[in-house]
Amino acid sequence: MTPSDSNQAAPRIRVVDVTMAYGDFVIQRDLNFDVARGEIFIIMGGSGCGKSTLLRHMIGLLRPAKGDVRYDGASFWGADDDERQRMVRRFGVLYQSGALWSSMTLAENIGLPLGEFTDLQAAQIRELAALKLSLVGLGGFEDFYPSEISGGMQKRAGLARAMALDPDILFLDEPSAGLDPVSSRLLDDLILELRDSLNCTVVAVTHELASIFTIADDSVYLDAQTRTMLAQGDPKKLLAESKDPKVHAFLTRGGQEAGAVPTGRRAGAKA
Amino acid sequence: MTPGSAVSVSPWAWDLDPSADDMVLRLSGSWRMQDHLPSPTEVETELTRASSARRLTFDTRGVTAWDTGFLVFVLNVRAAATSLGLTVDRSGLPEGVRKLLDLAAAVPERDTKRGGARPSFLARLGASTMSALAGARAMISFIGESSIALAHAVAGRARFRRVDLLLNIQEAGANALGIVSLISFLIGLILAFVGAIQLRQFGAQIYSADLVAIGMAREMGAMMAAIIMAGRTGAAFAAQLGTMRVNEEIDALTTMGISPFEFLVLPRMLGLILMMPLLTIYADLVGILGGAVVGVGMLKVGIVPYWNHTWNAASLADFAAGMIKSVVFGILIAIAGCMRGMQSGRSSAAVGLAATSAVVTAIVFVIVSDAILTVVYDAIGF
Repeated sequence: MTPSDSNQAAPRIRVVDVTMAYGDFVIQRDLNFDVARGEIFIIMGGSGCGKSTLLRHMIGLLRPAKGDVRYDGASFWGADDDERQRMVRRFGVLYQSGALWSSMTLAENIGLPLGEFTDLQAAQIRELAALKLSLVGLGGFEDFYPSEISGGMQKRAGLARAMALDPDILFLDEPSAGLDPVSSRLLDDLILELRDSLNCTVVAVTHELASIFTIADDSVYLDAQTRTMLAQGDPKKLLAESKDPKVHAFLTRGGQEAGAVPTGRRAGAKA
Repeated sequence: MTPGSAVSVSPWAWDLDPSADDMVLRLSGSWRMQDHLPSPTEVETELTRASSARRLTFDTRGVTAWDTGFLVFVLNVRAAATSLGLTVDRSGLPEGVRKLLDLAAAVPERDTKRGGARPSFLARLGASTMSALAGARAMISFIGESSIALAHAVAGRARFRRVDLLLNIQEAGANALGIVSLISFLIGLILAFVGAIQLRQFGAQIYSADLVAIGMAREMGAMMAAIIMAGRTGAAFAAQLGTMRVNEEIDALTTMGISPFEFLVLPRMLGLILMMPLLTIYADLVGILGGAVVGVGMLKVGIVPYWNHTWNAASLADFAAGMIKSVVFGILIAIAGCMRGMQSGRSSAAVGLAATSAVVTAIVFVIVSDAILTVVYDAIGF
């Protein structure tokens, strides 16, 4: 959030009164928050509260039961299909399991969107794919198939594919799930680096506290019981200031003060 | 934005003076992937003309927009300059570009080159012989494992859910009746028609009833049911088991001490093997009905003479010959489908391959075994 960015009239993303539901079953209601240009925004909450579902509503895979998402002030769900397709092309999405296309090599995975949406030559696409792979530390793995590399490498390759078109907004669904602490930390650093140098906005779904405190500029906390958002703000500030017991419990792993000696106590923090 | 105008008015520009000792590559404008960026070879040719230069610096103050397409260009120029023995000073690049260059270089590129020189003919012949042998060994061990599972089932100790067996019986039996009816009816029709054209030449068209009855009972009923089931059920087995392999469901069974052969393969094989003779007898009857439609409707043979000829021509032994074949076909289709599924690789492409290969294998098995059985029947006078 640099000062010059705040001059822009509309926030990068504005979620307006979004209610998500499967039929009559409401998952979350009346969500309202803004994501500013260039910030890393975390959607957090316990398991099953609808974090990933919210992400799917934001990237156009699910239509909200009520409300709208606005990108740079333009309505996403109010737009027609063609317009929405154009908006989606500015997104890069890293899916929870990587979701690499298993019949294609890593270079082909990254090259596919480049081939579809730019008029680059095959050789240039190949070079770009190689560059993106080396950005995520996978230089030299162009001709490997997803099944031939480890889970952590698949995650990073998925990130490289999400960045294929140099998106304005990067959506990450559980980026560090299934990674060891060191790999997870490296991925966090990578996300920060990419945000700083490519100047994109990042929206990430995660419940990894270490990750949240490392990368977040802003966040929203979704609650599974009340089915709505309980807090919004920088998680470090929320930890210090939030009076809501649920938010506090989440950010302190169930009631322990950060840094305190674990007592094994579980202070009613059910996700 | 027509392509023509894009070529004439490039949004980017570069300029290099090769005569200076300290070369400056001046870049300006918009350098994004969709801007038809210049080929780095143009810059390279300029660089090679430099005689006395020792250093290359960048001046990017005029660059208004860039993305990773620009990064690729810079990387190529840098590689070309380094190979010409120039020192590259990147301090003139935008900060983001420098950061990304560091990031790209942070993990050294691993040498993952595979293959290399093409092996000699003998080496390739040897390799494919070895893989054929390995395939044969895998098939024998699959048959062995399934036999053990079957022995357990006979002893009543096999672990599988009875409802799975019933579902497979429904899938391989009742659900296949529609397509089996259609195909065998048409086959009966075709047999009668082809036979009648020849037999009419000497006024013996009534014998097409015999042809249809014996042909369906001994050969075509079992064969058509087998081909349908190979395409329908064999492929489904391979796809189901292959997907389970991809999702690690088979591994989960194994680590729980439940044999996937008993739990997954056995109900499928039993379901298909139990249903094949029933489908075959059904196909025989529908095929004979198809022949009767041609005989009565087209050849004007009355229904009673047609019935009598059919009844006298086909003995129970003919039906039994077909039924024995159908059991063999059922076993072979079930083995091909389950084996390809269990051997499937762990990707969606591998599952597709497993399904295709299951159908091809099953049909080859069916035809070959049919030929062998026919010869054996003839030899023993069955």
